[in-house]
Amino acid sequence: MRIPCPHCGERASEEFSYLGAADPLRPPPDATAEAWHAYVFLRDNPAGNLREFWHHVHGCRRWLIVTRDTRTHAIAACVDPRA
Amino acid sequence: MMRLAAGGLIDRSRSVRFAFDGRVYTGHPGDTLASALLANGVRLLGRSFKYHRPRGIMTAGPEDPCALVELRTGARREPNTPATAVELFDGLEAQSQNRFPSLRFDLMAANGWLAPLLAAGFYYKTFMWPAGWWERVYEPLIRRAAGLGRASGLPDPDTYDRAHLFCDVLIIGAGPAGLAAALAAGRSGARVVLCEADARLGGRLLAETCEIDGQPGAAWATSTEATLRAFPELRVLTRTTVFGAYDHGTYAAVERLADHQPFPDAHQPRERVWRIVAKRTVLAAGAVERLVAFPGNDRPGVMLAGAVRCYLNRYAVAPGQTAVVATGGAEGWRTVEALAARGIRVAAVVDRRAEVPPAQAALAQRIGARLFAGARIGATRGATNLRTVIVEGATGGAQRLTADLLAVAGGWNPQVQLACHLGGRPVWDETRAAFLPPTTPPPGMEVAGAAAGRFGLGESLRDGTRAGSDAAVAAGFATTAPEPPSAPDDDTPATPIWLMPGRKAFVDLQHDVTMDDIALAHREGFRAVEHFKRYTTHGMATDQGKTGGVLGMAAMAALTGRSMAETGTTLHRPPSTPVAIGALAGRHRGKDFRPTRLTPGHAWAAEQGASFVESGVWLRAQWFPRAGETEWQQSVDREVLAVRNGVGVSDVSTLGKIELAGPDGGAFLDFLYINMLSTLPVGRVRYGAMLREDGFVLDDGTVARLEAERWVITTTTANAARVLAHMEFAHQVLRPNLRVAFVSVTDRWAQYAVAGKRAREVIQAVLEHAIPDAAFPAMACGTFGSARLFRISFSGELAYEIAVPAREGDALVRRIVAAGAVPYGLEALGVLRIEKGHPAGGELNGQTTARDLGLGRLLSARKDFIGRAMALRPALLDPARPTLVGLRPADRRTRLRAGAHLLPRDAPARIEHDQGWITSAAFSPTLGHPIALALLTNGPARHGERLRAHDPVRDGETEVDVVEPCFVDPEGLRLRG
Repeated sequence: MRIPCPHCGERASEEFSYLGAADPLRPPPDATAEAWHAYVFLRDNPAGNLREFWHHVHGCRRWLIVTRDTRTHAIAACVDPRA
Repeated sequence: MMRLAAGGLIDRSRSVRFAFDGRVYTGHPGDTLASALLANGVRLLGRSFKYHRPRGIMTAGPEDPCALVELRTGARREPNTPATAVELFDGLEAQSQNRFPSLRFDLMAANGWLAPLLAAGFYYKTFMWPAGWWERVYEPLIRRAAGLGRASGLPDPDTYDRAHLFCDVLIIGAGPAGLAAALAAGRSGARVVLCEADARLGGRLLAETCEIDGQPGAAWATSTEATLRAFPELRVLTRTTVFGAYDHGTYAAVERLADHQPFPDAHQPRERVWRIVAKRTVLAAGAVERLVAFPGNDRPGVMLAGAVRCYLNRYAVAPGQTAVVATGGAEGWRTVEALAARGIRVAAVVDRRAEVPPAQAALAQRIGARLFAGARIGATRGATNLRTVIVEGATGGAQRLTADLLAVAGGWNPQVQLACHLGGRPVWDETRAAFLPPTTPPPGMEVAGAAAGRFGLGESLRDGTRAGSDAAVAAGFATTAPEPPSAPDDDTPATPIWLMPGRKAFVDLQHDVTMDDIALAHREGFRAVEHFKRYTTHGMATDQGKTGGVLGMAAMAALTGRSMAETGTTLHRPPSTPVAIGALAGRHRGKDFRPTRLTPGHAWAAEQGASFVESGVWLRAQWFPRAGETEWQQSVDREVLAVRNGVGVSDVSTLGKIELAGPDGGAFLDFLYINMLSTLPVGRVRYGAMLREDGFVLDDGTVARLEAERWVITTTTANAARVLAHMEFAHQVLRPNLRVAFVSVTDRWAQYAVAGKRAREVIQAVLEHAIPDAAFPAMACGTFGSARLFRISFSGELAYEIAVPAREGDALVRRIVAAGAVPYGLEALGVLRIEKGHPAGGELNGQTTARDLGLGRLLSARKDFIGRAMALRPALLDPARPTLVGLRPADRRTRLRAGAHLLPRDAPARIEHDQGWITSAAFSPTLGHPIALALLTNGPARHGERLRAHDPVRDGETEVDVVEPCFVDPEGLRLRG
């Protein structure tokens, strides 16, 4: 795969490490056990676009959010969450 | 001699000598091993996989299913290379395969009589009982009998390369379509890479008699190559096979740099794997001729019709002296013409059609060939070589014909593999009688020419021109398609698949799969393509069924009464052709697979005779043996006692070191660690532990506050990279508003632990600076010139860690030793920390919580931190969880081993009685007996209890007493020194 890093340009996927879905948001400290359980353990497995974290370990070392179609690997977007 | 008097693309002015099975022959540059063997009358090349049937040369390309040989000798011996893909060179040594004791007389050919036992799925049925025989009898037997060539068993003496290419247009294949595409794309100025598996450009143009723009095909290929090489942005890679298509325009290719030489030149890699990233790709890989199924279709002398033309035209070799041609249309008749033109007697033409067109019938008559219309091949005969072809006529009568060559026209399979590597399925096309590329090839790829089922020369050239021009335009180059090279269109109708059932009608020659095996799979219910493929192993050999695969599908389609489209074909995956593992590994071999990192003090440690051990990516001194010490334990005991009774020095440079700066650094550290760190004063150090968000311990280490807005933290050696990535996630994603920056400085500092009651005097001597306890108490840190000093202790003794810029590390450690410190290694470091009950590798296993490790008191209730919420889950607070304890053997003598399980004394050794396990063990020279750390259920409540330590793997069985994890100086008086 080729990932278009917003800082470094298009790079091979081996430069990155993968974490998983980017959309679950870290709950506030006093959230319920269920909310924490969902954040830490529950993930959707969509057939289609998935927003996910890729860490550009051998590049700019930014955690990027890549929108990838899980069926085709087509990448619709790659953004820095700070942007 | 079978060499024709004239013609061919070989260099007759030179001869090369080569050996096959020890006999020396000669050929010419431009030959393949196969063509040179045929020119010398050698037609028997090996024995088949299961039945040990004689096998020869069937094709003229790398797809050959049975002309497999071993090449070279010694460490360079390599099995299973098709002789049809080996360029001849002077000194080539080749051996036949899978024969015993000799190629001509093969004892294992008796397997042919055992055929009923070796049918599809035989190993599932025959070798079932008794179960104990599988490992001792069946498997060794099968392994000896099966397989083809022999690996050398020696380390590969050659080197391999990996390299990257980026281009606008990648063109795969340099046959007519590929060359036309390269001309069209190249003139646009686009960066073009043209890959061709052969040493020479031209593809089928080299094998056929044809004309392009008024020139012979091969001559046009040569002049086109000159034109292409003049384009400054066009790169031609010959002897390069593209074997995989991957996401986003990425392709893998292997370039054979030295396989046409006896061995590579000095410093030359043998092969190079290219990763090619292309904006657009034209797949012009052509087509591969397919087999015809009939009884005895594997006998040496049976050859595909297009291969026969290739041997005649390209290599000027007569593959036989008397030929029979079997065909269902024009393809075979072209071969009849070619044979006749080269003066080879065609004894008969067997045409499956009842009505043969008059022109073709007239040709047969003109050259004196008997014509059998509406006929089929009933069988072939001959011991190791074809002698007789038995033709069965439409009326049922059989004719025996004497011939040593049977040319079969089976039609062509477009080479669609690369178009399918991203999951696309080939589509059956009835009019072209072939599987065509999927309707959605990989993005950016277009398939052109014969690979797309456009077999005619004229249409192939037009298709290539258009595809090359379109690719350049799509890659952003303004260009218009040039006038395509002109060649006549031949309106040859497609050749349908031809199956003539009967005994030993092979559909997969490399795995010895016959029509009978397909029928058996059908009877037993393995009818779907992906099922019967695996049941019969059809198409699963190294040739991946390129010549016979589609015949198996057709046979199953006929049995089930379904169409080819309904039957379908199996999925294609990379690599589409065998690739040497060495080529894929490239330079990443041996120590280069993962380079070793050395600390700045490495040379010093090596001078001391240190024994080294790999620790993560580092090489660390394990112990420093001295004269008279014969066992490592003696060295380690001495080093431990030196620390406990005097002073020692150990290299701790490998610990991860991360420096942080910024006004919000304290808040960020509070978020990372379980304990409060924002309150840490300048000039002080604090121990801390980090959790993962699921509540388990990630890592531990120290945090030192150097200045108001500057900290340096340490991580364990193993987790340095992980912790940095974790911190980056925490900052960039979870706490982006915190004003903090950090960077790994692990490599920038050499760091040494100086430990023992005399540590202060050593440090004072080295720094030439007084550091009285009052000014520099336990957990102090400070800067002294270029050095950073931390008063922290892993050993429990009065101890300092001193860090200097890496380039000063070697000098520093020498000065520390000169000041009286005894070097100690990683083993002694481990013993010292086990004596103190500090958790490390064995305990930080990713499944332990802070409470499990006795760090529960650090968990701050006054702040949010990563892992806090999940660490408070009831299950993780359960006191029955295995928790850190110390152990000592009841007899104070027996060695304890990490991994042993803890059981009640009277309980049988069964899983339901398991109460924990030993995580770290050592001999404590301080106490004079073995000790261990363990994780024990309800641990802290069980001090004083006696248990079994059960170690079935190493036959260990010891009684142990549960004690506090800290064995030495539990009050911590020593480190206050």
